[in-house]
Amino acid sequence: MAPQRSSSTTGSVKTGMTMTEKILSKAAEKSQVVPGDNIWVNVDVLMTHDVCGPGAFGIFKREFGEKAKVWDPEKIVVIPDHYIFTTDKRANRNVDIMREHCREQNIKYFYDITDLGDFRANPDYKGVCHVALAQEGHCRPGEVLLGTDSHTCTAGAFGQFATGIGNTDAGFVLGTGKILLKVPPTMRFILDGEMPSYLQAKDLILQIIGEISVAGATYKTMEFSGTTIESLTMEERMTLCNMVVEAGGKNGVIPADATTFNYVENRTSVPFEPVYSDGNASFVADYRFDVSKLEPVVAKPHSPDNRALARECKDVKIDRVYIGSCTGGKTEDFMAAAKLFHAAGKQVKVPTFLVPATQKVWMDVYALPVPGAGGKTCAQIFEEAGCDTPTNPSCGACLGGPADTYARLNEPQVCVSTTNRNFPGRMGHKEGQIYLASPYTAAASALTGHVTDPREFLQ
Amino acid sequence: MAATSLRSVNPKFTQTLASPPTKSPPFQSPFLRFNPTTFTPKPLTTRSTFVTRSSAAEPQERKTFHGLCYVVGDNIDTDQIIPAEFLTLVPSNPDEYQKLGSYALVGLPASYKERFVEPGEMKTKYSIIIGGENFGCGSSREHAPVCLGAAGAKAVVAQSYARIFFRNSVATGEIYPLDSEVRVCEECKTGDVATVELREGDSVLINHTTGKEYKLKAIGDAGPVIDAGGIFAYARKAGMIPSVAA
Repeated sequence: MAPQRSSSTTGSVKTGMTMTEKILSKAAEKSQVVPGDNIWVNVDVLMTHDVCGPGAFGIFKREFGEKAKVWDPEKIVVIPDHYIFTTDKRANRNVDIMREHCREQNIKYFYDITDLGDFRANPDYKGVCHVALAQEGHCRPGEVLLGTDSHTCTAGAFGQFATGIGNTDAGFVLGTGKILLKVPPTMRFILDGEMPSYLQAKDLILQIIGEISVAGATYKTMEFSGTTIESLTMEERMTLCNMVVEAGGKNGVIPADATTFNYVENRTSVPFEPVYSDGNASFVADYRFDVSKLEPVVAKPHSPDNRALARECKDVKIDRVYIGSCTGGKTEDFMAAAKLFHAAGKQVKVPTFLVPATQKVWMDVYALPVPGAGGKTCAQIFEEAGCDTPTNPSCGACLGGPADTYARLNEPQVCVSTTNRNFPGRMGHKEGQIYLASPYTAAASALTGHVTDPREFLQ
Repeated sequence: MAATSLRSVNPKFTQTLASPPTKSPPFQSPFLRFNPTTFTPKPLTTRSTFVTRSSAAEPQERKTFHGLCYVVGDNIDTDQIIPAEFLTLVPSNPDEYQKLGSYALVGLPASYKERFVEPGEMKTKYSIIIGGENFGCGSSREHAPVCLGAAGAKAVVAQSYARIFFRNSVATGEIYPLDSEVRVCEECKTGDVATVELREGDSVLINHTTGKEYKLKAIGDAGPVIDAGGIFAYARKAGMIPSVAA
């Protein structure tokens, strides 16, 4: 709750609203809102995971009573994903705690895991929450989705309002189904031009964050539109919105279109109503990019806004590559990496860790043929290139995690990663150096042992 | 103890819970951390009240925190405030809450010579954290303001905040996130003795070691929420939600 600013609305003239303003006004049952308004909003979906779920439910019980019931057991989605494949007893306990709460409250959507030895033995288990939310049809245009995780903003790719909250706010939502929000002003980012074959959504968002800085969008909405955006798949749109929080953004949003409807309608039959920014809506900033002129970029240690051209970092020797997370561990991310490995026909020079975000992604990696690779799957290509075997789906080492987390940075090494943050200690070791990059750039870098522009192997 | 002005209101945080004009008698909080024998402060004027945040006290017009400063830089993200490996600790569990405090700011790089919490200790000796821009950026983990409060810090004075951290600080009532107008992180040093005074309208940071005073932006409606002990306590006081059943 930022310091109060006065509303600028006068009289009863209806001004145009942005997408976010419209979503929030509808959720607040108001006909009109303007940036700065504090409003009570009805929540459509609340997501939590193993790290914050116990705390959120703990607060819910403490504040509403031990016998209290959640506001709607069908609107809560509990997705264990952060510290799953570990011997850490407290981490394991936290999943057990969530199981107990879900049983007691009759929570409909709990993607449980009980057999840690074989993730495939758990039919309900999904993996990374933001990818699972999309895959399971919980992301729908026009809705309000909150999650106890900063990358909840990923779901804005579906034309909805989605943002991260803390345990206490979540505890409040669990009991009431409402949250107090301040309406954010919208920054508009119009991306036009044909997407070059070597460029990915990760490059676009790193470009933007490098432009506006890690606090450039604080308390604001980042709205993405333009011909390039329209050409992006849902997974690429998710990557774009995923890192909105890295610019300080409150939420990211992309107008829903045929691509969105096609994805959503294949996964849920819940009706939805998309909304779009009015022609006369007010935007607090306007950025335009000619995407055809952009080049692959990285974020150098230790900030997501420490942008540099990948080709200008070619002298940086690296120790390992990590491909995974909600940002860069989806099916298309692995397809892209496999495509580059296949085009290069070489072996990686450094340990290359592959962490599929969800069970479904893992299955796709082993089952789907990579276009142009003569029927080979990602898994086959990865094996031929000498990568590590794709591991159990979870958040993995993106945020370090317990000491025994697979691919955790336990030494001061240099890592090129498809993840979302590179602050000191993010993946484990405080002196670890993390270069954030697209899957293409990560794969290219694995092949040379240096930070590498993917054009070395594509084209 | 309930103030006469409390009444059921529509759930609008824009309405400040009205504080009665009468002042409570001086109050020694059990949470007092300031030890008068370790240093000699400049003579203070009228104030003999050291009040810390306690949900048992009435919201006062003035609040004063006095103690040592711990200075950090820009973009201190929540991984540095509380590294991910400690997130298995559940903040609503009292023992684990205390443990979280012992790990506060342990993620800062080695370039920070003084530790916020000494190894082996559970609490910090610093009351006020001085930060730069974008304090608390990164993950939404509520463990971040919680561990700072659990360690015993009372306030952060920074140039700007990331929104989820600010929101979590207010919702939990764990720590006051105050805005400075200038780059105080460049003018204060870890170990400086300071006072933060919260007042209606304007607040100040007084660095007794350097003798400088800094205006702080008013905390506004977030203040009474933190005074009450967080959003739930505030919502119950204001009649927005019922009290907890026994």
